[in-house]
Amino acid sequence: MKAIRLALAAMAALCVANAATAAEKSVAITQIVEHPALDACRKGVKDVLAENGFVEGQNLEWSFESAQGNMAIAAQIAKKFVGDEPDVIVAIATPSAQAVAASTDTIPVVFSAVTDPVAAKLVPNWEHPGGNVTGTSDMAPVDKHLQMILRISPNVKKLGVMYNPGEVNSVSSLEAVKKAAGPLGIEVFEGPAPKSSEVLAAARGLVGKVDAFYVPTDNTVVSAFEAVVKVGIDSQIPVYAADTDSVNRGAIAALGFNYYQVGRQTGEMVLSILNGEKPGDIPVSGVKTLDLWVNPASAEKMGVTLPEGIVKEAAKVVE
Amino acid sequence: MSLIAFLGTAETGLIFGLVALGVYISFRVLEFPDLTVDGSFPLGAAVSAVLIVNGVNPFLATLLACFAGAGAGLITAWLNVRLNILNLLASILTMIALYSINLRIMGRPNIALLGETTVFSPLEALGIPSYWAVPAALLVLIVIAKFAMDWFLNSQIGLAMRATGTNARMARAQGINTSFYILLGMAVSNALVALAGSLFAQSQGAADVTMGVGVIVVGLAAVIGGEAVILPRTVFLATLACVAGSLLYRVAVALALNADFIGLKAQDLNLLTALLVAVAMVLPSVRAPVKRALKGDKRILGKLK
Repeated sequence: MKAIRLALAAMAALCVANAATAAEKSVAITQIVEHPALDACRKGVKDVLAENGFVEGQNLEWSFESAQGNMAIAAQIAKKFVGDEPDVIVAIATPSAQAVAASTDTIPVVFSAVTDPVAAKLVPNWEHPGGNVTGTSDMAPVDKHLQMILRISPNVKKLGVMYNPGEVNSVSSLEAVKKAAGPLGIEVFEGPAPKSSEVLAAARGLVGKVDAFYVPTDNTVVSAFEAVVKVGIDSQIPVYAADTDSVNRGAIAALGFNYYQVGRQTGEMVLSILNGEKPGDIPVSGVKTLDLWVNPASAEKMGVTLPEGIVKEAAKVVE
Repeated sequence: MSLIAFLGTAETGLIFGLVALGVYISFRVLEFPDLTVDGSFPLGAAVSAVLIVNGVNPFLATLLACFAGAGAGLITAWLNVRLNILNLLASILTMIALYSINLRIMGRPNIALLGETTVFSPLEALGIPSYWAVPAALLVLIVIAKFAMDWFLNSQIGLAMRATGTNARMARAQGINTSFYILLGMAVSNALVALAGSLFAQSQGAADVTMGVGVIVVGLAAVIGGEAVILPRTVFLATLACVAGSLLYRVAVALALNADFIGLKAQDLNLLTALLVAVAMVLPSVRAPVKRALKGDKRILGKLK
């Protein structure tokens, strides 16, 4: 009994012994899971703040927690941050953003990499959110993607979209693709993969049915991107992506943004709020800069010749 | 730890206390390892979210979520009792099926409940800040649930269920319809977990199809961890241990989140959970010798000399 009492006392002491360091401003940042794109987003925020004079350890208190894909932990992280009363809370990805928004309506919240903030009930509209929440959306301009695909592979009539039906951002992207594909005369086939280990099988299942693969900004499929590339090379089906990092990994082309840029845009918003602006007055922003990346070697392996015009236009040609 | 973080810990701990009570029925009373909870937790959230977003009274929505969870439990039990599928496998089958079913029910992977009327809205309307109102309401609920379960497990039906779990053959020899009690127990267990899922979605502002991953681990950690701290000599203590275990687990998570200065980060949580459960399982056998040593047992002191 004595031992238990000692243990409890030690735990209580640990709980209390957390002295806050004296810092000018504090930013608390959380993401639902650790993942190259979301990590790049976080780095973007930090870099923008550092470039504008807010450096961690000097005049900025910076706390980061990952929810490791678990919503209950996301909930506890949200409560912890609200209790710490930072100047701004940054929440990357929809579930983390929802948990934070549900826990506070006074502390400024900036979300990042949330595809559809209105559907997620984070903000009532894009132009003037009005409350304490604003942020950047990573909704991909799918109509521009489809136009790019048609420029490189004009004969595409059937498009296979690889996605995880459990990711709300991908479901939104799929719906957007279907809407944009209709007028262009493209039929959309779905390649659902609930887990990254099922991506290969899902891709193989579309062989013979589609003229090209399109991979939206889906965490699951992107984490197993090499599987889709393998199927593309084996069956001579071109693979297109929505984010530029996938071009490094074998996609023929992507008209994308990279998440570091999304992070930087988010960082700009955080900066305005730290300098006194109200989050409700800052409109939600979509992705501003689009870069065209191409991978000629991959194109060759998949039996596609890139038009010269495209290669000249490209912001980056991957070797 | 700030007050809000502490209350947040209590809130999550109390919600998962319901999960622990559900896991107690299946895992301890019926000796039925039940992974269905990974599916019935989001099922409860999905059903109530869809209903609430379509204007249904939140209390009715939550009740219907419980029935949905009971249905899921019945399916698992039926697979085991009627089709003779091994209990663990039956629960895995239902868990896998529920992923698709939940997606169908919600229509999309995530339904936002921020700003909707929930079971917690009446309390918030009274002007109490939500970070007090929600844990307070949950505390009342879990006390009621705990005492209801104590009463149930000590009733005729409850005793028959406990007999089924302890020694099914003997129970059948005594004329107990073990199939019925397995069906009933699994229904009640998963109804509790679905209730927890529904309350969690309403307090967190969203129902997400992936929110069930790892619920069984948390439930087991709560039940086993609680038993190490409060010896389950009676039913009253056993159910108390479940709730205490759930709260302790959340405190451990909160410590991991607050303990940057000793190098622990949230990433170490899974390791922490594993250590916690391992210690909890070893503790009973270590408890007696440690107690003797602390009391200055002459045998141990003799060895030291």
